[in-house]
Amino acid sequence: MNLQPSMPNPQPPGGSASDSLNVESSALSVGRLPRDPWAHLRRHTPARIALGRTGSSLPTRELLSFNHDHARARDAVNAPFDAEKLAATVRALGTEAVALTTAVPDRATFLRRPDLGRRLSDDSRQRLAGLARDPCHLVLVISDGLSALAAELQVPPLLAALLPRLHAAGWKLAPVCVVRHARVALLDEIGASCRAQLAAILLGERPGLGTADSLGAYFEYEPRPGRTNADRNCVSNIRPGGLPPAAAAARLFQLLESARRIRSSGVALKEDPAGSPPTPTPELGASE
Amino acid sequence: MAIHRVTLSGVTHTFAGLRELMAKASPLRAGDELAGLAARDATERAAAQYALADVPLARFLAEPLVPYETDEVTRLILDTHQAAAFAPVRDLSVGQFRDWLLRYETDTAALTALAPGLTPEMAAAVSKLLRNQDLVLMAHRCSVTTRFRNTLGLPGRLAVRLQPNHPTDDPHGIAASTLDGLLYGCGDAVIGINPATDSVERVDSLLRLIDDLIQTYRIPTQSCVLAHVTTQLRTLERGAPLDLMFQSVAGTEAANTSFGVNLALLREARAAALALKRGTIGDNVMYFETGQGSCLSADAHHGVDQQTLEARAYGVARAFAPLLVNTVVGFIGPEYLYDGKQIIRAGLEDHFCGKLLGLPMGVDVCYTNHAEADQNDMDTLLTLLGAAGVNYIMGVPGADDIMLGYQSTSFHDAHYLRQLLGLRPEPEFEQWLEQMKITGRDNRLLPVASAHPLLSGGRFAAPT
Repeated sequence: MNLQPSMPNPQPPGGSASDSLNVESSALSVGRLPRDPWAHLRRHTPARIALGRTGSSLPTRELLSFNHDHARARDAVNAPFDAEKLAATVRALGTEAVALTTAVPDRATFLRRPDLGRRLSDDSRQRLAGLARDPCHLVLVISDGLSALAAELQVPPLLAALLPRLHAAGWKLAPVCVVRHARVALLDEIGASCRAQLAAILLGERPGLGTADSLGAYFEYEPRPGRTNADRNCVSNIRPGGLPPAAAAARLFQLLESARRIRSSGVALKEDPAGSPPTPTPELGASE
Repeated sequence: MAIHRVTLSGVTHTFAGLRELMAKASPLRAGDELAGLAARDATERAAAQYALADVPLARFLAEPLVPYETDEVTRLILDTHQAAAFAPVRDLSVGQFRDWLLRYETDTAALTALAPGLTPEMAAAVSKLLRNQDLVLMAHRCSVTTRFRNTLGLPGRLAVRLQPNHPTDDPHGIAASTLDGLLYGCGDAVIGINPATDSVERVDSLLRLIDDLIQTYRIPTQSCVLAHVTTQLRTLERGAPLDLMFQSVAGTEAANTSFGVNLALLREARAAALALKRGTIGDNVMYFETGQGSCLSADAHHGVDQQTLEARAYGVARAFAPLLVNTVVGFIGPEYLYDGKQIIRAGLEDHFCGKLLGLPMGVDVCYTNHAEADQNDMDTLLTLLGAAGVNYIMGVPGADDIMLGYQSTSFHDAHYLRQLLGLRPEPEFEQWLEQMKITGRDNRLLPVASAHPLLSGGRFAAPT
């Protein structure tokens, strides 16, 4: 491998942010500062390399690009989530859906008290018990998690690709639960309440600086209180620039089929049929 | 277990045992609230600090916060405590110890001699009584120097861990970020990669990639791939060129178990790294990372506050003579450290406690996007740590770690601190930067030509 120059016109690290600001033509153009002569290496990585410098400090253009990306990530964390609207979207796909709430009263509490995001509010617990009377193969849960933007953007196309596969394969589904302020382990309670063989949750991942709209999908076999990350599998980085929603639906469907076949999930489900190993559940600071 | 009582403004506050007293005296943070250990209000916290100030330091030897019988970290701490080193402060209370530390007469030599006589709990206790300025002043007075291929921790020096992570471990991407860091004059602490995939093959190939770079350009630094210690051990069977052995550690046996490690495994790992004899001027071969909240996250906190448990992680680290230790202070998220104020305080506490216990402390000055923090908070903490004499910080391209999904400090940030405080890279690396015409004699960055050896050499190649 040789890292010789060959790309004369590299993308700025800020990507879409810089493009939409039309920075190249503005007075803040990097043209007034020397370019780093290794800018061509940007084709190898989305990292913010070859940013240039003024003195040894960040050029204004890069400062603004960073601020914009951070603002997008912060807004994704704090954005309101319309559970009723998303439930209506699911119903329009021909599947029953219900909007529920967790024990979390507001966004600030959600961030401080992950334990409250792992259980339903009393009202929702009773409501769900009344809705889900018969055992089922799968209950799907949808939540904003740490990015309402991710749920809003990635869930509809993912479900549009996933639900027909499930129905065609004869899966019996509980009503889809759209739940605000949830953590991954809410699967335990909802899955047990629905007497589901499998429970899966689609929720917004912790936004990275360039990835404010990334969705994660987690599932567990025989959901019940006390399940841990070792019992779960995860498909992460679901977004157009990562694993596109339709491809994620295909992968998730295959994993769910495998879990049903081997009657287990988590570390027991080592390889998915597509050949790539399921992503291990992240440890600290993630959505769980 | 003694009951601690203090009466203030006509109200009597009681605290049952050191565990409760330490937790309630701890400055407010989200993780202690989440665990139900925090003081119920500011007045109770102030009262707990009064009561803690009266506790004799020696009490911490008699009343372990985590049981001796069931926790090997407690046994390590108490069994290796050096009574002779403890002698100068043996009769002091925690409050008197604060006064003793801040005297003019308590110099670097006195603090170095004291370190093996202190337990992590003593360091944590006094830190709870220290203001941020005390944490800065006392850490600055400590000096911890370590060596492998260069000399880290000398006064007036600031080193940088070059952290060239990539979401899929793409060798071209990692190489590109590494070149970026070197051309920005960073990488003297270590070139350390967090792999996206913890596999023997992956770790082996990344170690060879960085080793090739270090050998080709004769860079006076060391490499590390921050995989699990068992993965690194397996790469040695394949003859991987491993410089430093890395592991995340925590302050209780149960939390370390959740990380898949124990003290015996760490001893085995260190022995394996030492046997390679790859250090040219020293044999500090271990690299540890820690962070407040890891024990609670693993449900292994024993009712002890997160700052005290963090200090106990340093008790683990110091048994292995590490080259580098850093607290990844804001990585864990707002349920442990809620906002910039809590992250700044925790970063200063961790750096102080580590230094007081004799560790070569660096700090990953960082935050996640769901914390109430931003780059301005990081600037504040970075500046305070520079003033406190931090051994090293992280250097991530543009402060944006695209693999771990958090914001740390950048190469530009390192130059800010060096410029502001007159800090220099460590000596061997500084000389290399001058030879390579990356920096001039004043440590200012020089313009880089397209024909620079690092860009035109063509030797920086991934293994085929």
